[in-house]
Amino acid sequence: MAVKTLTIDGKAISAREEQTILQAARENGITIPTLCQLNGTSNIGACRLCLVEVAGVPKLLPACVTLVGEGMQVSTDSEKIHEYRKMIVELLFAERNHVCAACVENGHCELQDLAISVGMDHSRYDYMNPKCAVDITHKRYGIDHNRCVLCGRCVRVCDEIEGAHTWDFQGRGANTRTISDMFVPWGQAVSCTSCGKCVQACPTGAIFRRGSTVAEMQKDRTRLDFIVTAREKKQWIA
Amino acid sequence: MSSTVAAPSKTAPAGGAKGQPSGDNRYKMLEATMKRHQYAADSLIEVLHTAQELFGFLEVDLLLHVAHSLRVPPSRVYGVATFYHFFSLKPKGDHTVVICMGTACYVKGASQVVAAIEALGGIKAGETTPDGRVSLMTARCIGACGIAPAVVLDGNITGKQTAGAVVDHVKGWLGNGS
Amino acid sequence: MDLNDLLEIAEKENASAKPIRLRCCTAAGCLSQQGDAVKNALQQAVADADMSDRVEIVGVGCMGLCSAGPLVKIDPDGALFEQVQPEQCASIIASLNGGGPAEASVGSDDIPFFSKQHPIVLENSGRINPERIESYIAAGGYQALFHSLREMAPTDVVEEISKSGLRGRGGAGFPTGLKWATVAKMKAERKYIVCNADEGDPGAFMDRSVLESDPHRVLEGMAIAAYAVGATQGFVYVRGEYPLAISRLKTAIQQARRMGLLGTQIFESPFDFRVDLRIGAGAFVCGEETALLRSIEGQRGTPRPRPPFPAQSGLWGYPTLINNVETFANIAPIVSKGSEWFSAIGTEKSKGTKVFALAGKITNTGLIEVPMGTPLRTIVEEMGGGVPNGQVKAVQTGGPSGGCIPAAHLDTPVDYESLAKLGSIMGSGGMIVMDQSDNMVGVAKFFMEFCMDESCGKCVPCRAGTAQIHKILTKVTDGRATSADLENLRSLCEMVKSASLCGLGQSAPNPVLSTLRYYPDEYQACIDGGAAAEASA
Repeated sequence: MAVKTLTIDGKAISAREEQTILQAARENGITIPTLCQLNGTSNIGACRLCLVEVAGVPKLLPACVTLVGEGMQVSTDSEKIHEYRKMIVELLFAERNHVCAACVENGHCELQDLAISVGMDHSRYDYMNPKCAVDITHKRYGIDHNRCVLCGRCVRVCDEIEGAHTWDFQGRGANTRTISDMFVPWGQAVSCTSCGKCVQACPTGAIFRRGSTVAEMQKDRTRLDFIVTAREKKQWIA
Repeated sequence: MSSTVAAPSKTAPAGGAKGQPSGDNRYKMLEATMKRHQYAADSLIEVLHTAQELFGFLEVDLLLHVAHSLRVPPSRVYGVATFYHFFSLKPKGDHTVVICMGTACYVKGASQVVAAIEALGGIKAGETTPDGRVSLMTARCIGACGIAPAVVLDGNITGKQTAGAVVDHVKGWLGNGS
Repeated sequence: MDLNDLLEIAEKENASAKPIRLRCCTAAGCLSQQGDAVKNALQQAVADADMSDRVEIVGVGCMGLCSAGPLVKIDPDGALFEQVQPEQCASIIASLNGGGPAEASVGSDDIPFFSKQHPIVLENSGRINPERIESYIAAGGYQALFHSLREMAPTDVVEEISKSGLRGRGGAGFPTGLKWATVAKMKAERKYIVCNADEGDPGAFMDRSVLESDPHRVLEGMAIAAYAVGATQGFVYVRGEYPLAISRLKTAIQQARRMGLLGTQIFESPFDFRVDLRIGAGAFVCGEETALLRSIEGQRGTPRPRPPFPAQSGLWGYPTLINNVETFANIAPIVSKGSEWFSAIGTEKSKGTKVFALAGKITNTGLIEVPMGTPLRTIVEEMGGGVPNGQVKAVQTGGPSGGCIPAAHLDTPVDYESLAKLGSIMGSGGMIVMDQSDNMVGVAKFFMEFCMDESCGKCVPCRAGTAQIHKILTKVTDGRATSADLENLRSLCEMVKSASLCGLGQSAPNPVLSTLRYYPDEYQACIDGGAAAEASA
């Protein structure tokens, strides 16, 4: 096992060569914001919130998929990066109809946390106000597309961990929508095992357990970690 | 309840599932294409091309049939079919007019042609007239920039078009029953 | 099949040629102007005049000057007829028999549009019949492949391409030899060759024309590449919008297979190579290499972060060499004539020639091939004949990923670096000329609408950013924008450029940034105009 030494925000750290910058940072208590990343599922580098600067590299690099390198000097929170992150979060808020005060996830939402961490108090961009549906045809869960950020965590957890591949995306660009089976209401998606992993994976209140009222919903990501560890390491750590 | 992701036997004769009337030759031809690709999941786009050629558009039952045959999750088939603009999930009109909106056509006034046809048919680009006579579409550059603005009328590329000429042509389609 | 067989086919083909040959353009540009009717009328006229023994009518590929089509060229006297109508054909044939001058408009190939060209990629275009492999072989085709397989080691081929200085013609200009060397070095049980023929830039039609006019040239280039890097399977990913190119490629692949120039043990060597077509389905983003690979695998064409690069992990995880049509079309001549010949053409850092598609407000629209480093002015004003009844305002290169180059910079030599310095890119080779009547904010909005519609939706900066940029631009053109909007526009463009996942998003802001840079007055005028309208209301 080869080890690389590098610095992240000036702090000298060592990491295994197969680790990403994000993993190395987390092990050393350095927080890099993420949204599409979900432990146990593949990294897709889509939300661009984990972009970092690496000395000598002209482009910004996504920490979730960039492997550590010997002598790398990583900076995770320069003024430019901070500003870009803020813009990305503002774009997300303007893209759909996010109303925290009326959301089941209020107070436990990753998007809300991101907004707080980047110091966003309003979006400088015009709200797009798209028409989005709410699907509560499933007997236990619901999906509110107004709150979806298209991170794909539900799609990956359903495909890669549960293996059902109920979820996918339809359309493209701003018209992309999360769909179940052949674009049928969730309740009619026969491939769905009702396992609830997508509910835990969803970073916002888009996929929720029915019966939760405003601000009641609290997701338990450790359930996913439990399954992933069990599968991959054959260790059942409750 | 049977699962839609379960793969049907390859030897099952067409005609069992809904939307596959037995004796419909088009299903046999689609089957031949899938067989040639050994029912491989990665032939999905090729198979959808064939399906659209045969059936004119991709109905949900047809997509389900493809999903079963290639053993691909239905949501992925739907996701692919809606990602690519070539695939249409709705029937097209009897006639189609495709107006190229590439850069060369744009600077030579293609948007006026689009506006004129939209006004004539009372439809927007991407739609079909309520009587099903004419579909209006725009293309992302058909590569006929040398003869901009280009308009494809029922598959025939015509160049150096004007709004008036295209309107006259489409009026003919809308007017008589041919 | 060996070299003697090739030469024999060539000899037979040349011997069967009749003394007088009329070449009719049958590429998409001329076909859409009744080119096939002209060809049929000529054939009929030859039959009627009972001249079939010494006159033949041949369908050929693109001759370049699309604006004057349908074109007919007569060998050996070289007369060129423009805008030929079917009813003029009888008089053209009669003129061959001393029946007086033909009643058709006569063009000349002694105009700068033709004389300033340096055809390498297009050397067979408009000369050979793209639907007959014998015609390509008669023009020396497949000899480079023979030479590679039988007389060169794979490493020699890579070395030759590296030394030539050839850079990718798809837009980014990555050194082709380096890419080949990377794939060649990978140890894998399987490797793939992919020809990117998903020519999506609106205003670019070079690849369409090459595929319609000389498809074997591309197949030969792919086969040489496969031998050099150790691949046995190739794919041509071609746009669904190009039906004629698809049908000619299909024909070409069948012919090559039948002759043993594709398939197993090519030229009696241990080398096997098969090529399959994959038809695109209308997604611009699939021109991006990782998206293209996803699409070949039957998936949604969404790009993924690189590394790993396709050269390391491409189709189904195997090392994959991706080059574009024009790059592959350069390979056979480099192998035949040598890297020194090639690297003597062009500039220090940009070698060889580049094919450009001239379109927009310009007299001569069509395809030209010029040495790298040719000044923009030569291309637009001399060869293109300038703007009819007007002045050049800007030249847009690189499509939605490129920028607008103002007339003041027309003396810039066209090479990768010079165009990048001006905030544009070489791109695949589309050149759209704009005149004073074109509003640059409108042009920027046009491209942004394109990028917004073509964004795959995977990464946030591109998906949500292009939509916001488009919204701000709409405010500007509607006269509803303020100076603060303009500031938001600029900062958002910078972010989308730096933070997007793939080339589509990273270059989507270029048309806005370049017009903001060269035409700030036009943006300001929209804002002032809007403010004035409000004040008077």
